Amino acid sequence: MKTPGLLAAAVVLALAPLPLLVHSDFWLHFAIMTLYFGLLGQAWNLLGGYGGQRSFGHAAFFGTGAYATAVLQLDLGVNPWICLVLAGIFGAAVGALVGALSFRYGLRGSYFALVTLAFAEVFRIVADSVPFTGAGVGLQIPLRQAAANFQFHEKAGFYAVILALTAIATALAWWIEHSRFGADLVAVRENEDAARALGIDVNRTKLWAMVLSGGLSGFAGSFYTQYFLYLDPRIAYGVEVSVTALLVPLIGGLGTVLGPLMGAVTLRGLNEVSGIVTGGAPGLNLMLYGALLIVILAFLPEGLVGLGPRLRRARLAGRFRHA
Amino acid sequence: MLEVTGVTKRFGGLTAVAEASLEARSGEITALIGPNGAGKTTLFGIVAGFIPADRGSVRFAGEEIRGVPPHRLARRGLVRTFQIVQPFAGLSVRENIAVGCQLRQASRSAALAEAEDVARRVGMAELIDRPVGALTIAGRKRLELARALATRPRLLLLDEVMAGLNPREIAEMVPLIRAIRDSGVTLLLTEHVMQAVMSLAERVYVLNDGRIIAEGRPAEIVTDARVIEAYLGHGAAERLRGRLAFGAARA
Repeated sequence: MKTPGLLAAAVVLALAPLPLLVHSDFWLHFAIMTLYFGLLGQAWNLLGGYGGQRSFGHAAFFGTGAYATAVLQLDLGVNPWICLVLAGIFGAAVGALVGALSFRYGLRGSYFALVTLAFAEVFRIVADSVPFTGAGVGLQIPLRQAAANFQFHEKAGFYAVILALTAIATALAWWIEHSRFGADLVAVRENEDAARALGIDVNRTKLWAMVLSGGLSGFAGSFYTQYFLYLDPRIAYGVEVSVTALLVPLIGGLGTVLGPLMGAVTLRGLNEVSGIVTGGAPGLNLMLYGALLIVILAFLPEGLVGLGPRLRRARLAGRFRHA
Repeated sequence: MLEVTGVTKRFGGLTAVAEASLEARSGEITALIGPNGAGKTTLFGIVAGFIPADRGSVRFAGEEIRGVPPHRLARRGLVRTFQIVQPFAGLSVRENIAVGCQLRQASRSAALAEAEDVARRVGMAELIDRPVGALTIAGRKRLELARALATRPRLLLLDEVMAGLNPREIAEMVPLIRAIRDSGVTLLLTEHVMQAVMSLAERVYVLNDGRIIAEGRPAEIVTDARVIEAYLGHGAAERLRGRLAFGAARA
């Protein structure tokens, strides 16, 4: 039971000196985007994987974190590092709001998924029409490269930040696997009525999962903004973020500590390959994602983390057959 | 321990429970019986906080608990099991029971350790690391009981724990329930298996069409004309008595 936690810690430690070894911007960018996917996927995993509340609108939290970062520094001159913290808080608050409303009315399963999607879409439309988000034109954050300004001249700086954020998310998943809260959350996922009968406050448990998930998504949004320095309503609240957030853990392994990281590596890899194969035609990467998802669901329903145990079983079975 | 007074519940035009009153005395086993569709499970749901009642009062340990949500009731010591077993399907037996233990245990590891004691109490010690999916119906019924016991209840509501068990499994379950009573837990159970009710319950309430039609000691209940008619149909008591008299005359 301790191994995934140790493994995760080992992975983070092993990844830390990467910028010292890899000087290619291409590969550093790849590593950064992979970790960023891992953060977004782990955020979704805490709620959807461990809690069984499958959201289709994580863009609502991501986008709010992203806009909090951009708007607060552009309009109020807040330091972007403080914006990062605030983005987490804003994301968590939106998570709490969406959760409180949907759980209060007992929305589960596809109804919950639809409501989260609706929230993300409403936020997108609002962001498209109010002036302080720059509406359809978007927001450009002026280039002022300084570590104090959460903008780095070297990609290694961004790499360190996203590694730390993803490590926090992974640690949270590990904590969930070993804590009372996590056991409550899993019990709620498996059977709400039974959980309620055994003294678990089901709505409160789900709400906290929303807060954690929303907060991490807010961090992801903030990081995205500082890394690309540009934001528009489609980037922030569009469906692509929501789909990425759920595909990563679905492919890697729902409700596992390492699943989102494995899913992130796979999806980013696929993304790069599709860029080369299709010459960067927009939308084709989504088709490849879909194809991969079908293959995973058909042959590896536990996700990529299920591959190890499955191979071990197969090898054991083979040995018995030979004996 | 538990006093239900004048509880009524309607689902649209159907009155599932009408003016039902019953009492479960501290340290006793009280049974609620009745034909299918009599409203037993609805009344259970109301007592355990799962179904809101339209009228009436439910008092637990002297306090009104109508409208209190189930998780609060569990903390106060009123816990139910489900007729249709509701395991945490993806988890092991130990993890299932530990969820119940967590109600009184500060740490996860203490809960997991206590789960083993609870499993031993209900005779599931060997099954503790099995996935729930590998359990038989009898095993799942036991698990349902174990999880509820793990919360250290004062009043335990058992909804048909014998349903679906074979005679040998029932014979094993009866002493188990008696042992729970002897450990100081008050029990209210619904049951179809009359043999179990007869040997376990100190007091029996009979529910028919949502109304309590009889109450008393098990031996009184089985000879009650209203109860016989509720189970066997109108006029059954009369015919049965005739046959008994006929048999007695022949002897």
